[in-house]
Amino acid sequence: MSLTLLNVIVAVVIAIAFAALNAAYLVWAERRGAARIQRRPGPNINGPFGLLQPPLDGIKLMAKQLTIPGGADKVLFIAAPVLAMFPAIMSFVTIPFSESIVAKNMNVGVLMIFAFASTGSMALVFAGWSSRNKYAMMSSVRAVSQAVAYEIPMLITTITVVMIAGSTDLMEIVRQQSGSILHWNIFPVLGNSHNLLMPMSFLIFFTCTLAETNRAPFDLGEAESELVAGFHTEYGSMGFGLFFMGEYANIVIGSCMTTILFLGGWNAPLPFLGFIPGIFWFLLKLYLLIATFIWIRWTFPRTTIYGLLNLSWKILIPLSLFNLLFTAGLIKVF
Amino acid sequence: MNPSMVTSPSLFSVDGLVGVVFLINLVITIVGGFIACNSERLVRAVAGLIVCFIGVAGVYYFLNSPFVALMQVLIYVGAVSVTISFAIMLAAPEEKKRVGPAGPLVGPAGFATAALLAGGFSVLAVRTDWKVMAKINDGSIKTIGIELLTNYSMVFELISIVLLIAILGALVIARSGRDN
Repeated sequence: MSLTLLNVIVAVVIAIAFAALNAAYLVWAERRGAARIQRRPGPNINGPFGLLQPPLDGIKLMAKQLTIPGGADKVLFIAAPVLAMFPAIMSFVTIPFSESIVAKNMNVGVLMIFAFASTGSMALVFAGWSSRNKYAMMSSVRAVSQAVAYEIPMLITTITVVMIAGSTDLMEIVRQQSGSILHWNIFPVLGNSHNLLMPMSFLIFFTCTLAETNRAPFDLGEAESELVAGFHTEYGSMGFGLFFMGEYANIVIGSCMTTILFLGGWNAPLPFLGFIPGIFWFLLKLYLLIATFIWIRWTFPRTTIYGLLNLSWKILIPLSLFNLLFTAGLIKVF
Repeated sequence: MNPSMVTSPSLFSVDGLVGVVFLINLVITIVGGFIACNSERLVRAVAGLIVCFIGVAGVYYFLNSPFVALMQVLIYVGAVSVTISFAIMLAAPEEKKRVGPAGPLVGPAGFATAALLAGGFSVLAVRTDWKVMAKINDGSIKTIGIELLTNYSMVFELISIVLLIAILGALVIARSGRDN
């Protein structure tokens, strides 16, 4: 009993540390990547390649005063940034980084991640509402409609993968993709997904991840040109810092899920590379996906809110429903 | 009642800790419900409702059915509460304003009813001879699915009819007053 309790505490501490470290250095990567794309140097003064920038930013944020706007709902205003971090950290607990590195594997792991991910939009609602700021309020209305719209195709696509794997256990889903790159769920060649639409499922899932994490080109919630800074307009110091950490932690979770569901998790792409530990492959795929996130953000302009909602309701949901029926038919036939 | 149940276990034994975890879940549920009922601001009421749902999910998890617990979080926190808050934001109701006159149950009558209910439930809970039932199945998603589509298919179909009626009702309400 005490040992499992200790395990859980250690796992949560590691999850928080991993999330915080990733958030800090993904901000650095994002700024460097943006600078490279825009042909400017980016943060390069503090430390080699500007690597000391994130801790300095962190110290600056923590040293600042937490100001609460007059007329704001204090309790919810302070609770919202904490709530933004909570689902991401809970999700880290069940993500298998390799065959042996997982804090608590559950046989309903997929469900657990999506259950906690779905609570994330509440933080934005509370932040926007409690700030007593019209921009923040509008931003949270947008964020909620976006979250509702993109959760549906995302869950339907996940159900297709779960149907193919026959399990909601994340480790089981990864194990079934072992072999080579052609066994991964994204490629319908050698693995157990003889479904030609799997690359499309991957694209749908990835698009939904972009939208669910409020990333450009779907960052309508914090469209600077229209809404100042969206739901975190009124947040300074570490409140702002927590929102940022939550955002990057969500990106990491989304990329982890894409890796696990479609890209074979910790499996090596070619059989003879299997001697390299699984954690290396997992992190490689994870950070390649995150690099794609950053690349997309600085390449595509922001869509409009109508374009965003139309894409989900008129294209992604019908496509993913068709995909679900098609996959169900294939499973029944073969 | 089993006589061994009467002596309460030590706080630091396994049973005691389990009891503490159960009580924490209960307290979360009740505090959430209290906030939901008593706050004047609607958004705070939603926040209380979420706390209450999470407490209930904790109780489900405690009772060894993680699937139901996660569905509780996914559906009630992730969908129902988001929809409620969405409705609140779109309607933007006046804050700190009582809507309509208070009902006849406000005041002594309300307290009497609440006390009666609380007393009745307490008596029921204490007097009932609770039995620990045998575990029917492993509670995995597969078993639940098979049960739903075989033994409980009637319930399953009825739920889908209820949902269909809800969707049709929403459509009727949303489309009334529109020309095209």
